[in-house]
Formats: sequence, structure tokens, C-alpha cells
Amino acid sequence: MSEPNDSPRGGLDAYIDAAAGLLAIPLDPAWIGAIGSNLAVLRAAAAHVAEFPLPDEAEAAPVYEA
Amino acid sequence: MSGPDTMPDFRPDPATMTAEALAAAFRDGTTTASANVAATLARIARVDGAVNAFTDVLAERAGARAAALDAARARGEPCGPLAGVPFAVKNLFDIAGLPTRAGSKINRDRAPAARDGALVRRMEAAGAILVGGLNMGEYAYDFTGENVHDGPTRNPHDLGRMSGGSSGGSGGAVGAGLVPIALGSDTNGSIRVPSAFCGCFGLKPTYGRLTRAGSFPFVGSLDHLGPMARNVTDLALSYDAMQGPDPDDPVATTRVADAVLPGLAEGLAGLRVAVAGGYFARGGDAEAFVAVAKVAQALGATRSVEIPEAARARAAAYLITAAEGAALHLDRLRTRGHDFDPAVRDRLIAGAMIPAPLVERAQRFRRWYRSAVLDLFREVDVILAPATPCRAPRSGQATFVLDGVTLPVRANVGVFTQPISFIGLPVVAVPVRLDDGLPLGVQVVAAPWREDLALRVAYQLERDGIVRAPVANL
Repeated sequence: MSEPNDSPRGGLDAYIDAAAGLLAIPLDPAWIGAIGSNLAVLRAAAAHVAEFPLPDEAEAAPVYEA
Repeated sequence: MSGPDTMPDFRPDPATMTAEALAAAFRDGTTTASANVAATLARIARVDGAVNAFTDVLAERAGARAAALDAARARGEPCGPLAGVPFAVKNLFDIAGLPTRAGSKINRDRAPAARDGALVRRMEAAGAILVGGLNMGEYAYDFTGENVHDGPTRNPHDLGRMSGGSSGGSGGAVGAGLVPIALGSDTNGSIRVPSAFCGCFGLKPTYGRLTRAGSFPFVGSLDHLGPMARNVTDLALSYDAMQGPDPDDPVATTRVADAVLPGLAEGLAGLRVAVAGGYFARGGDAEAFVAVAKVAQALGATRSVEIPEAARARAAAYLITAAEGAALHLDRLRTRGHDFDPAVRDRLIAGAMIPAPLVERAQRFRRWYRSAVLDLFREVDVILAPATPCRAPRSGQATFVLDGVTLPVRANVGVFTQPISFIGLPVVAVPVRLDDGLPLGVQVVAAPWREDLALRVAYQLERDGIVRAPVANL
């Protein structure tokens, strides 16, 4: 998930194709546009989360309790 | 002069009474469980064609259960605090004899459930009567109440508007007066959004408080179950009936049940109430914030608190939802892609493609965020926030304008609910009516395991006439 480029789906088409192969999800070509749009939103969300500095010691809760 | 046979019947229709009133009427012999079920089925038959809340109506089962309750009462046996009260459940709850469809086409191929889900069993153990399964967004990945397989649930207060989702059938059924109580699920806002749009009360308890055993999952890290109703007492009655440990749910609390009904009317004395500022005070229609201000004023709340990093919390919830949801459905994505709702499928496939370190980062952030938000609860007991950024959009509406920005409806209706459920805080969504138009919802948020405080505040607001949930005029 590299930086966006100038293509409509931010250069994600090649990634989607490779990841679908890795995951063994057969893709209908008609789906790829919407998958790319969703993946672009997720990439932005992931970048926003990753900008927040967390210490190495900050672990996810093995058993989450509210 | 009219004789008794021609006198108009001014008794309230049992189909539109609250659970509290129905249970009282059953106890004192004013009504029977069979009469309640008959009235409910008649109203469903008359009204639900327009609302489309029900996917399964269990007339035979409900009739048998009602007859058994009537017979038990005739023998003088105790029948439970919800005796004679009809209820319905989002169709991701197991119902014995039906495949648990969870709003999907694919799940209709599953074997029928061998027994009811745990919360259905607990409701019936308290005397309630299951009358049906309710429409929902496919696999609960939805905020609109629309479903490509079963059709949309329509907002009972304006049939041209969305019910909200994903517990859209639950909101529609309660708002339309088809049942006094419906159960739903809430992963990112799926109880609170339809409660707001359909003008109901909704309780999303603390993560782990109510067992999820016997329900179809979505995102194990974020899934909650809870009730929706037309008054706070009904929320409390059903919530108390459903509490308690359950080894069949790996995250269910081992805490003993903590009944809220006895303390519901204790009032506001000693409670510190604040309004969520910052993130929760922008990015919505002005009237969403007017609704919060109305509630705050009624509670005498003048203080504002800032929930830190709420936007990032929403982003992290969004990531975890997509990734865990995709993991759950991976085999179905591999083999049944064409049978999904396309909007759900495309989001799930994208979710499957998120690299694992990014999801792990979101989970680590979640723990930081939990700690930061819990610090706020040293200074306040209850925090108020909007439930949705606007009133119910039109059915099929793809985008809306919030704060001058055009955004997709589906992804943004939960902008104010996601940062709260992300760390499992208990919330009561209360319905506010600013005018004769559609209702708005306000979240009454408390610290973990303090459902009692959120319900006490909601009860006081209801008693003071600030929030209310009238049956839709259908």
C-alpha cells in the first residue's frame, strides 16, 4: 500500500490483483473499481491511525475489556 | 341508545402499548398473552407491508407460547417480569427452526438453528413472547436499513426515509408500534443509528455485558447486542432480563447481573454530566447539536469535555471492522461473491486486503484510546453526544452534505457512534423531537459497566418530557 499516484484508484489496481491471488478470491472485473475505492478509504484511515505515535510497549489487549 | 355491543372500544390497542403496561395488564388480568399476540399479529399484518420490518412472523410459535403463559397464570404460577410481552429480534439472532440469515442470501442455505440464541432464551424465560425475525443490512455491515435481498425497512415516521441500520427492522418495528421491544446488534452504531432515525430508545451496553452466544457475528472485537424500545423502563426491564455470565460467549463478562430497574428513578443528584466538544460538536447538521444542547440544558450540564483522538478512533474502528469482517467472510468471498450485496462484498474484499500490521496498529491504538477516555470518567459520570449527524436521509440517498462537505451516506452516518463503541462504552440513545419533523438521537454515554447511570439520566429526561418515542402514525 504505497503512496497514491495519479490513477483514479491511487495505483491500487495492481495491488488488488496480486492480493486477490494471494487470498484466492476470484474477482469479477466489474468489482475492481468499487474495491479500489474502498481500499483507498481504508488506506487513508490506516495512515491516520499510523500517524499517532505509540510506544513499542503499547500492546493490543490480548483479551479486551471495556 | 347504544348497547354494549355497539359501544366504541376506547381501550388501548395492546399492539402499541409499552412492555411495562402490557406486563402489568397481564399480571392483573386485564389482558391475556393470547390477546396481546393476536393484536400484535393483526397490527403487523396491517402495517408491516409499508414498513417492511419483519422477515419472519412466528404466528404459530407465538400463539402456543401465549397459550402456555395464560394457562400458567390461570394455575397461579409466576410468569416473569415480561410475561405476555411480545418482542422480535434482528434476524442475526438464532431462532430455532430457521436458518440464521443475518440479512444475507447466502446464509439461507444454512441448517435451521437447533435452538434459540441466548438472549432470546433469557427474554422468554422472563415471560416475553418471540413473534418474529427482523430485517437488517446484510451481515450487519450497514447504517442505512437497506437490504438488496429483502428490501429496505422504511422509516415509520416517513416512509420515504431510511430507517437507519443495520438494526433497521428493529427500529422500524419499535417505531411503528409493531412490538414494544426489539433486540438488535451494534458494532459501530447499529442500535443507536436506527434508534435515532426511528425515534426509539436504544441501549448498547458495555462490551461483554450481554452474551452474544447464538447470534451471527460480524466483528468479534466490537460486536454488542442490546434492546430497543419506546420507553426507558422497557429498556431496563429487558436489559435486566438478559444480563448474566455465559461461558458460550468468550468475551461475556463474569460479573454477576447488576439490575438497573430498582435504581432507575434515583434522579440526577450527584451526577456530573458534560457535553462532548471538539470532534462531536462539528461535522453534522446544526439541528443535531441543537438536540444535544436541549438535553444538556434539561440536565443542567454546562461543562464540555474533549474526547481525545476521536477521529483517529473512528478510523481505527473502520479498519478493524473491515479486516475482521473480511476474515469472517473469507470463505464466502472465495465461493459466493456474486451472492453478496455488492456494496457489502466490495468493502469486505477491500478489508481482506489490508496488510496485517495496519490492523494490529489499530488494535494497539484502541488500548491507548481506552485509557485516555477512561481518564475523562474520573471527572464526569455521563457524556452527551449526537447519535447521528443528521435526521434520516431519503431512501436510496447516496450522499449528503455535512458542514459544507459532500460525503457518502453509508460510510458517514456512524461518524459519532463509532468512536464510542470502539472501546465498548455503554450508551443509551434517546429520541429528541425539536419540531413536528423527524426525530434526532442523542447518545448518553457512561463509563464501562455503568449502564445504570446512562439509564438513570435517560429516565429523568423522559420523565421531564425532553425525550419521547411516540408510535408512528400509520
